[in-house]
Amino acid sequence: MELQKFSYDNRIPKLFAVATVFWGAVGMLVGVWIAFQLAFPALNFGIEYTTFGRLRPIHTNAVIFAFVGNGIFTAVYYSMPRLLKTPMWSNMLSKIHFWGWQLIILAAAVTLAMGYTQSKEYAELEWPLDIAITLIWVVFGLNMFGTILTRRERHLYVAIWFFIASWVTVAMLHIVNSFALPISFMKSYSWYAGVQDALVQWWYGHNAVAFFLTTPYLGIMYYFLPKAAGRPVYSYKLSIVHFWSLIFLYIWAGPHHLLYTALPDWAQSLGTAFSIMLLLPSWGGMLNGLFTLRGAWDKVREDPVLKFFVVAVTAYGMATFEGPLLSLKNVNAISHYSDWTVAHVHIGALGWNGFLTFGMLYWLIPKMFDTKLYSTKLASTHFWIGTFGIILYAVPMYWTAFRTYFMLSAFTPEGQLQYQFIDAVQTSIPFFAMRAIGGTVFLIGVLIMAYNLIKTAKQGTFLVTEDAEAPALAKVYVAPAKAHWHSYFERKPMILLVLSLIVVGIGGLVEMVPTFLIKSNVPTIASVKPYTPLELHGRDIYVSEGCYNCHSQMIRPFRYEVARYGEYSKAGEFVYDHPFQWGSKRTGPDLARIGKKYPDSWHFNHMLEPTSMAPGSIMPPYPWLFEKKFDLASTKSKIHAMRKLGVPYPHNYESIADNDVMVQANAIAANLKKEKIDIQSDKQIIALIAYLQRMGTDIKADKPATSEN
Amino acid sequence: MKFTYYLEKIAGISVYPLVSLLMFVGFFTIVTLWVLRSDKSTNEYLANLPLENDK
Repeated sequence: MELQKFSYDNRIPKLFAVATVFWGAVGMLVGVWIAFQLAFPALNFGIEYTTFGRLRPIHTNAVIFAFVGNGIFTAVYYSMPRLLKTPMWSNMLSKIHFWGWQLIILAAAVTLAMGYTQSKEYAELEWPLDIAITLIWVVFGLNMFGTILTRRERHLYVAIWFFIASWVTVAMLHIVNSFALPISFMKSYSWYAGVQDALVQWWYGHNAVAFFLTTPYLGIMYYFLPKAAGRPVYSYKLSIVHFWSLIFLYIWAGPHHLLYTALPDWAQSLGTAFSIMLLLPSWGGMLNGLFTLRGAWDKVREDPVLKFFVVAVTAYGMATFEGPLLSLKNVNAISHYSDWTVAHVHIGALGWNGFLTFGMLYWLIPKMFDTKLYSTKLASTHFWIGTFGIILYAVPMYWTAFRTYFMLSAFTPEGQLQYQFIDAVQTSIPFFAMRAIGGTVFLIGVLIMAYNLIKTAKQGTFLVTEDAEAPALAKVYVAPAKAHWHSYFERKPMILLVLSLIVVGIGGLVEMVPTFLIKSNVPTIASVKPYTPLELHGRDIYVSEGCYNCHSQMIRPFRYEVARYGEYSKAGEFVYDHPFQWGSKRTGPDLARIGKKYPDSWHFNHMLEPTSMAPGSIMPPYPWLFEKKFDLASTKSKIHAMRKLGVPYPHNYESIADNDVMVQANAIAANLKKEKIDIQSDKQIIALIAYLQRMGTDIKADKPATSEN
Repeated sequence: MKFTYYLEKIAGISVYPLVSLLMFVGFFTIVTLWVLRSDKSTNEYLANLPLENDK
């Protein structure tokens, strides 16, 4: 058959590779910064844009979507044309994808620093950016499927299935989780409330880990590991079983983020069961990667690329062993809200994603610049520094997690809590510092890599395009008599796409359907009432400042939590919470029942100077809340939006809501006046105090009625 | 009132976890059986796809 000539364009993979390194360094730098903030709160600088609550989402989003995201696209735009023997479908779409994605990242960093957030972890970006992400994702998908449909290789290699499944699942997750009602430009309320919101969010959150940080990176592993080792993957059969079981199981495991919360028991157990089963396909993938190197371990000693790959795959194996472990209820009781979770995700992010990306770049840049790596020795140094950084990061986190757990669950023989929360915070500080140093060491490794790669690029010449040739695909295909059944799907990308969507959709539906039934089944607690408009303003400030990054609002039914924080949280208490604020980490104490625990003046002084009320606190001060006014003009649209979402405000309440705002605000200001504090009633701190004093108090109102609890 | 167990009120709710488990076991069995019966030379061809450009 006649050979057709075509060429592979290296410009787009190069751009994505540069963006990967750049955003990787930026994201990690912010990570190091916030890590040091926990040890040295002065690094919050006392201004609103640089508090831990605002910066932490920038760190997580930058690392996930900017560093790993661009890493995925580098791999896709390099490997896919070569595996399919055709250039990318549209150069224009490739460019729109690249520049669009970088603009979104930039806009994300700016808006998060300004406090525009939906407060859903790893989905914080407000609705205009959510729409932009959707559009760019569609551009990426069109380009990907255009390439697949114009290919010259009939069979789709396993890496491509992983890319397809990742694309379709991320699209589904992003759309479902982002349902929100905009009330203004850059502000919206989640469509879901309380328990439902939490379930949807962690179905998303867990699967963002699965289908953004894991499956596309398995695609990278299946392409670049054989390339670097110069031998095919250990078992192609295993890769098929691995692929289908992994995408089937992953989608169900989300509820393990909500063990011991007010989420229904059966959903918690379902999450646990599927998380444990997930160990098998995960380790199937890990072993397939490691066994690919069978008989080639001598190469690992010399080749920095393989060194990085081996540690990456091992870190994947460790993190996916730890994951199921953490989803056991008794282990989760210790790990949840603690630094153990933080250590766990960093084994994944630094080890698996980081090292796999570094290995890929050390292999890719010399190839694209038609030269050898500038310095193998520097790459080896990076390898050792990076490995040391991960250990220095993780070990103190595990250590302090257990320490904190033992301290917070300790009772004196008289039955009193032995330690205050602040005691646990204080003993954690040296570990926070060590962790920050570990992160710094890892970042230095990345900078060494950047230097090495720039030098490599300078000594070579960039191959803008690489020529190739292959016969066109025959229109009619007759499968060999004994063809493998799965090769059918490998020839039919659209069917593969639809099947992947069905497979992930089933898990989603089984979790979701009961979630939506909940609405009619959550016993509304008669005394739980909608927030007053002033409290609503306060709640929006709470969301905007990112308080959920350090404070949970979910008391689990343990003796040591009930004794410390008060009655455990009930599902019915959150029915008006758009979005939910359960949180996932307690760097500070739980706030679910903070309401009425302290006088207004305590909160006033505490927000102005936390250490004045809680000596030893590492919370940053919030002086701007005492200067800025809350957004009175938006009261109407907020009430209107909340009613649309099902919060039972009386008919036409909007028209008198402003009045209620000022009555409540003046009362708080008058109350503060009694304590000799002068503040105008239209300041943000007044609204925040209103919200804080309301939290968790509703069920106290009719204590006798709920006594059968 | 036990809020943790309110979903018990939905008729047949316990069928969800059961069905999901059965679905996965069935799915997994089918994939495994088919893979075990798969053709060796095709697999070898597929596994070598990434290495084709390397000389």
